[in-house]
Amino acid sequence: MGITLTIDGQQTQVPEGTTIFNAARELGITVPHLCYHPMLSVIGACRLCIVEVEGLGALPASCSTPVREGMVVATESPRVIEARRQILDLLLANHPEDCLTCEKTGDCRLQAYAYKYGVKRSSYQGDVKHYDADENNPFFIRDHNKCILCGRCVYMCAEKVGANVYTFAYRGFETKIAAGLDTGLENSPCIFCGNCISVCPTGALQPKLIRGQGRVFDVDKVQTVCPYCGVGCAISLQINQGKIIGAVGANGPANNNLLCVKGRFGWDFIQHRDRLKEPLVRKGGELVPVSWDEALSYAAARLLAIKDKYGPGALGGLSSAKCTNEENYLFQKFIRLVLGTNNVDHCARLCHASTITGLSYAFGSGAATNSIAELEEAELILVVGSNTLEAHPVIGFWLHQAQRRGATLIVIDPRRTDLAEKADLFLQLAPGTDVALYLGMMHVIVGEGLHDREFIEERCEGFPELAAILPDYPPAKVAAMTGVPPEDIIKAARLYASSKRATILYAMGITQHTSGTANVASLANLAMLTGNVGRPSTGIYPLRGQNNVQGACDMGALPDYLPGYQRVAKEEVRALFEEKWGRPLPHDRGLTVLEMMEAARAGKIRAMYIMGENPVLSDPDMAGTEAALEKLDFLIVQDIFPTETTRYAHVVLPGASFAEKDGTFTNTERRIQRIRKAIEPVGESLPDWQIISKLSARMGYPMEYPSAAAVMDEIASVTPIYGGVSYDRLGDRGLQWPCPHRDHPGTKFLHHERFAGGKGRLAVVRPQVPAEVPDDEYPFILSTGRHLYHYHTGTMSRRSYGLETFRPEAYVEVNPGTAADLGIEEGELVAVATRRGEIVLKALITDRVGPRVLFIPFHYREAPANLLTNPARDPKAQIPELKVCAARLTKIRQVEEPLQEVVYTT
Amino acid sequence: MTNTLGHLAMAPEDTDVLDKILARHLKDPGPLIPVLQDVQRRFGHLSRENLAYIARALRIPLSDVFGTASFYAQFYLAPRGENMVRVCQGTACHVQGSGEILAAFADALGIDAGETTADGEFSLERVACVGSCGLAPVVMINDKTFGRLSPEDVPLLLAKISTPLGEPQEKAHNQPQEDPS
Repeated sequence: MGITLTIDGQQTQVPEGTTIFNAARELGITVPHLCYHPMLSVIGACRLCIVEVEGLGALPASCSTPVREGMVVATESPRVIEARRQILDLLLANHPEDCLTCEKTGDCRLQAYAYKYGVKRSSYQGDVKHYDADENNPFFIRDHNKCILCGRCVYMCAEKVGANVYTFAYRGFETKIAAGLDTGLENSPCIFCGNCISVCPTGALQPKLIRGQGRVFDVDKVQTVCPYCGVGCAISLQINQGKIIGAVGANGPANNNLLCVKGRFGWDFIQHRDRLKEPLVRKGGELVPVSWDEALSYAAARLLAIKDKYGPGALGGLSSAKCTNEENYLFQKFIRLVLGTNNVDHCARLCHASTITGLSYAFGSGAATNSIAELEEAELILVVGSNTLEAHPVIGFWLHQAQRRGATLIVIDPRRTDLAEKADLFLQLAPGTDVALYLGMMHVIVGEGLHDREFIEERCEGFPELAAILPDYPPAKVAAMTGVPPEDIIKAARLYASSKRATILYAMGITQHTSGTANVASLANLAMLTGNVGRPSTGIYPLRGQNNVQGACDMGALPDYLPGYQRVAKEEVRALFEEKWGRPLPHDRGLTVLEMMEAARAGKIRAMYIMGENPVLSDPDMAGTEAALEKLDFLIVQDIFPTETTRYAHVVLPGASFAEKDGTFTNTERRIQRIRKAIEPVGESLPDWQIISKLSARMGYPMEYPSAAAVMDEIASVTPIYGGVSYDRLGDRGLQWPCPHRDHPGTKFLHHERFAGGKGRLAVVRPQVPAEVPDDEYPFILSTGRHLYHYHTGTMSRRSYGLETFRPEAYVEVNPGTAADLGIEEGELVAVATRRGEIVLKALITDRVGPRVLFIPFHYREAPANLLTNPARDPKAQIPELKVCAARLTKIRQVEEPLQEVVYTT
Repeated sequence: MTNTLGHLAMAPEDTDVLDKILARHLKDPGPLIPVLQDVQRRFGHLSRENLAYIARALRIPLSDVFGTASFYAQFYLAPRGENMVRVCQGTACHVQGSGEILAAFADALGIDAGETTADGEFSLERVACVGSCGLAPVVMINDKTFGRLSPEDVPLLLAKISTPLGEPQEKAHNQPQEDPS
C-alpha cells in the first residue's frame, strides 16, 4: 500500500516510509540540500532542505520527514525561499570570501545555492572563526573556516570507511570538526583515504597537489582502474591539458566511489621525472639511450643467438601482474612461440601460487568464489592472514559496513593488526601454525556435529579420510601448538559452522609458507565441511595482490598453464592452441620464478626477458637473485621506471603506464574491467603490448593487432572463461568470468550446483613446521609484509609525493616488552640479521607483534627485507616462505656497559 | 611513526589506575562519562594519553571520546592549576562590578579566563552563578567563597592563597569576608 501525496502540484504515490526528499526526487525534483548524501544516513544538520507542508506550522526538513497520506508539499514556496536565504546568509557570515582562488569554485554547493537564491555577502556582522588550517600532512588540507559543519565527513568516515576519525568537538560557536584528539590529522587514526573529500560540499577539504592546478571546469575526467592492488577500484583521473592533477573515486562494483590513500593520492608517479623515456642499451658498462629500432634489433639478435647456441630451455621470461590481460597474453605467446619455451612465470608465484595448488585441488578453480559486494550480506566473516585494512583497504571498508549491519568478524593473524582491533574475536596464533589451528576447528565442528552432512555427502569426497585424523587435534592440544586459547578455538569453530552465510578471506599470511598449499587446503576444508560455498555471501576469497595478478594467471603467464587454466601438459590442449596460433608449442613443463633464478645461477638459463617486475627487491634471498641476474648473458627489462633490476639489464625498454594505454585488468573477484588511455605515453615509451609485438616481428613471428580490443577478441576465442568478453560489452562495470559466450552476463559466484572440478575434494593435511625456526643464535621469528602507504617494491609509491613524504623510512616492529629487555628505544637504529644477511633500520615499538616476533615491511631498498628472507619453498606451489624465518635483533650503538643478554628458549 | 595513540608504552602506575577505574564501570551501559569523571578526579584533568587508553579499552572510537570530553565544561583537557579561581558573572555580581573583578584577577595572574599560569599555581575561570548573591561580587578560590570584593582586594587575596608558609598579610580595610556557609 503506497502513500499518495502532492509535491509542487504533482501527485505521486510512494511506499510508506519514503522521505519527502526522496519522493520529490522520484518526480525529478531535487530539493536543495547541503548535508544529505545518498551514501550516508540522514544527518539533518543543514536545514536547507526544508519544505512547506500544508497544515504544518513549522517547515520540516524533507530529508528526514516521512511522507503522509494526502500531504501537500511546496518545495520552493516564498516562506521556504526566505528561510533558505536566511540559512545561507548565516552560513556565509562565517565563511571566508575566497571564491576567486578556491579550488571548489564552480563545484561548491554553498556557492551554487547563494547564486540560486541571490544571497550576496552576508548581512551579519560579528565574530568569525579564525582556526588554523589542518595541513601538516602531505595529502590534504582541512580549512576549518570554510567548513559549514554539515557532518558529511564525520558520517562518511564512521559509516563507510570505519576509521571514525572525525567528531563534532567543543560546543556552540567554538564547534569544529576535530580529527582524533584534535592534534592534527597526522596524529589521528586517519588513513588518508580522502573519502571525506569526495563528499564535502564546500572547499573545506582539498587535496594538496591540486591547488592551483585546475577547477572543475578546467578538468577532464577519464575513468579507469587503479593500478595498485587487486581490489580493482574504479577511479577517474583528473586531467588538465595533458597533465594529470588528481584522482577521484568512480562508481565501480568493487568500490562504490570509495578509494584508499594510494588510489586517491598515489597517482603522481605517472608523470614523474624518473620515468623511462627512451630505450637503453648497455655499451661499455653504461646504459645509453638508443632508438627503438636499434634496441629491438639488438634484443632480437641476442635472443636468437642464445636460443641457437643453447636451445630454448636457456631462455625465460617474467611477465607482469601490473600489465594488462592483453599484454600478459601476448607475452606468454611470445615466450612460448618465439622463444620456444614454457619458462614463463610471474610474481603470482610469490603470493598466490599456493592458492592455485590448494584451492584448485579442492574446488577445481583457484579464484575467489564470490563477489566483493556480497560481503555486505555476510553474517560471519573469517579473515585469516590478511591485514585487510592496510593491504586491501577498500575491502576493509566493506568489512566495516558488514559489521555495522550485524556481521560477526573473526580475525586470525600473528599480528594485532588494525583489523584485529575491530574484530569480535581475535585469534593471535604463532606464525606458521595455521594447519594445526584449522584442524582444531574442524575437530570441534565435526565432533559437535556442526558439519553439513548433506553437502558433504552430495558434493564432496574425501570426508572419511579427513574425519579419521581429526580426533588427533583436540582444542587443548592445538592450543599448545598455536598459542591460541582453547576456548577461542571452540568459539571460532562454532561461530563459523553455525552460520549459513559464513565466508573466508585470506591472503599472504596463509599462502607465503612452505606449508602454503596445506594452509589453503585447510581453509577449503572448513568451507566444504560447513557447506559454506556455492551460495551468495559464502565461499572463500583469496585476496589477490596486484592490480592484474588474477589476469596474468588467467592469461597463462605460467609455466604449466596456457590461457584459461588449460594445462600445457595435455596434448589436446596444445593441439587447439597450435592450430589457432599457427606454430608448434613446447611441451616440457617450464620453470617457475625461483627455479629460473636457480637455473640462472647454475648457468642453465642464459637470457631473460623481464616485464614490469622487480625481482631483486621482491624475491626472497636478494643476494641470490642478484647473483642470478649478474650471471645472465643477456637480460631485457621492460618497465616504466629504472629499478634495482634494470641495473643488471643489457637492454631497457620503456613501457607506458596504465594511464597511457587501453586494456583490461582482472580484479580479485574475477571482474574484467577496462582501463582507458588518459594521456599520451610519456617520452618515447610504448604500451607493453606494442613492444612485445615489435620484438616478436623482428624475431620472425609478427603479432599485429590494430588495437588492444583486437587482442581481447583473440583471447576470447581461445579462452573459454573469457569467451564472451569484448570491449563493447565491458562498459563501466566489466564482466566477471566465467563468461563463456557473448550472451552470458558473467558469473557472480562460483560452484553453484557443482564444483568447477566436479566434486569438492577434502584434503588430509597435517601440521608442518616452517623451514627455519628460531634457535639460540637467531631467537626471533621474522615476518615480512606491507603497510598501507607503500606498494611492494615502491617503484610507483615511493615516487608519489604524499606517500613517500608520509612514510619515507624503513622500520622493524618490535614488541614493547622485548624492546624494554634489550634496552631499545623508539626510533633507535637496530640491526636485524638472518642466515642470509643483515640490514640496519629503525625500531618501531608496538604491541602489534608478540614478544618473539619481528615484522619488516619490504618496500625500502635501503633496508631490503628480502635480503633476510628464506627462499625455502612449498614443494607443490614453489612459493617461498616469506612469512617465517629465524632472525636476530641487536642494538647498533656501541655502549660502555654491556647490555644484559636475553636468551629466549622454547 | 604510528598513527594510533595509546599503542605506545604508558607507565604501569598510570595504566593500573586506569584499569581499576575501567573495571569499576565495565558493566555500565554507557560507561564513558562516568569513566571520564573518575579519571579526571584522580589525575586532575584528562590527558590525551589517558583519553586514547580509555578509547581503546572501551572500544569506542578515539574521536567519539574526544567529542564527549571536549563538549562538557566539566572536563578539562589541560592540566589545571593548584588553585582554581572562579569569578562569578551572575546577574547580581555583574551589577556589582564582577567585570572589574575578573579583569583584576586576569591582570594580577597574567592570564585570561580559561587559562592557567605558567607555574601551575592558578587557573582562572568565569562561572555563571555561585548563589551567594547577597555577597556580590563573589569569587570562589578552591572551595572557599569570598564576597564583597573590590579590585584592590584581589592582589592581597591571591597572596594569602599562594603563600601557605608566608607571613600574615596586612589586613585591608575592606577585608574580603569569608562566606560562613
